Amino acid sequence: MHEMSLAEGVLQVIEDYARKEGYRRVKTVTLEIGRLSGAEPEAMRFCFDAVVRGTLADGAALEIVETGGSGWCLACGKTVPLEARYDPCPDCGGYQVQATGGMEMRVKELEVE
Amino acid sequence: MCTVCGCGQGETKIEGESHEHTHVHEDGTVYSHSHGHEEEHHHPHDHDEAHAHPHESQEHLHVHDDGTVHSHGHVHEGGHHHGHEGLDIHFGHGPAHAHAPGMSQARMVQIEQDILSKNDAYAGENRRLFQEHGIFAVNLVSSPGSGKTTLLVRTISALKGRHPVAVVEGDQQTSNDADRIRATGAAAIQVNTGKGCHLDAHMVGHAVERLKPADNSLLMIENVGNLVCPAAFDLGEAHKVAILSTTEGEDKPLKYPDMFAAADVMLLNKVDLLPHLQFNVPLCIEYARRVNPNLRVILISALSGEGMDEWLGWLEDNLKAAAARREETVAQLRQRVAALEAEVARLKG
Repeated sequence: MHEMSLAEGVLQVIEDYARKEGYRRVKTVTLEIGRLSGAEPEAMRFCFDAVVRGTLADGAALEIVETGGSGWCLACGKTVPLEARYDPCPDCGGYQVQATGGMEMRVKELEVE
Repeated sequence: MCTVCGCGQGETKIEGESHEHTHVHEDGTVYSHSHGHEEEHHHPHDHDEAHAHPHESQEHLHVHDDGTVHSHGHVHEGGHHHGHEGLDIHFGHGPAHAHAPGMSQARMVQIEQDILSKNDAYAGENRRLFQEHGIFAVNLVSSPGSGKTTLLVRTISALKGRHPVAVVEGDQQTSNDADRIRATGAAAIQVNTGKGCHLDAHMVGHAVERLKPADNSLLMIENVGNLVCPAAFDLGEAHKVAILSTTEGEDKPLKYPDMFAAADVMLLNKVDLLPHLQFNVPLCIEYARRVNPNLRVILISALSGEGMDEWLGWLEDNLKAAAARREETVAQLRQRVAALEAEVARLKG
């Protein structure tokens, strides 16, 4: 359930930028959540709605862009796509794969007024 | 968490810290909740500024932690707000590319900021503090009941007289674990996360301020027993150490891959029980390395002492390295001061 803390993190980013950018209402929040980030998009939606209630993002739509995971396969010596951290290399079937991409949890953009 | 203002984990308690904290919102409502603060603390808080709550509707609901619901109306200013005080405001750059003045103009703001950037900034501060003081900090993560506290007690006893040790204990409630650690003579502070499922860098920063670990000491942060959430939160530690016990399933690294991927070391604890269990050690290690090929695994028993030498050796190597880095920094600073003094003397002469 750390999605609750993550949702609070999103709200903090939104409020910080509200001061810098001078907006008063947020209509859409676009997040980028990597496949290997450990955050669950559905739980994120639930927590986001609860956390933004009564704030400048109350009722805002949440769009989540899921980015694919990738890893460096030591045996193949190249970057390969990775669905989960425990998956083998899709090319050689080995497990010497170090996750390199898809760990991001980012506020990408906001639609504001 | 205060669901009204979203500031922090409202129920977090750090031993010895407590005071009531009051917020006044734009509409004049006063909210009060307890907060862990101390007078000389240096963590920047921006509570005051973050409390603007613009409202669109006349009727507004607040739900408090205790479930109380407040409903009240709001008075709104009638004027249209153009938002000229901000930077980079371009009318006509909204999705509609409309230029009609007075029309509601939605616009896009590119943010590209990590959700955990606030936590990571606190973690960076903690890390800088640890480096300055030659403190080697480890973040111990595991399920509840893996034997973390027993292992800690044993580790502290073994290092007694050789290295100062300080402990931050994270649990949802009670100070039982900190009490157990203090019984060994080591400095310990309990952080109760209340409803929180993990420690964050801000809590640890406050705990360390109170704890004041000695220079060149070992700081053990025992996280909340949870194999999911603590994986995402950097506390400023040098390494995360995952503890798995042989009374759990050997496939836990596959079930909770994020934690074993975030850790650098896995301690496989309670190996003294192996003769009585069906636990497959090589399979467990293979699963763990599927998730994290670089994971160092130490088989250990806090009870029989097996594997303690390897674990203590790893800690002491890192303690020496942290102290050496501090020495190096101090030496560099001394050199710099000497060079500047020489320069001043030359200019005067």
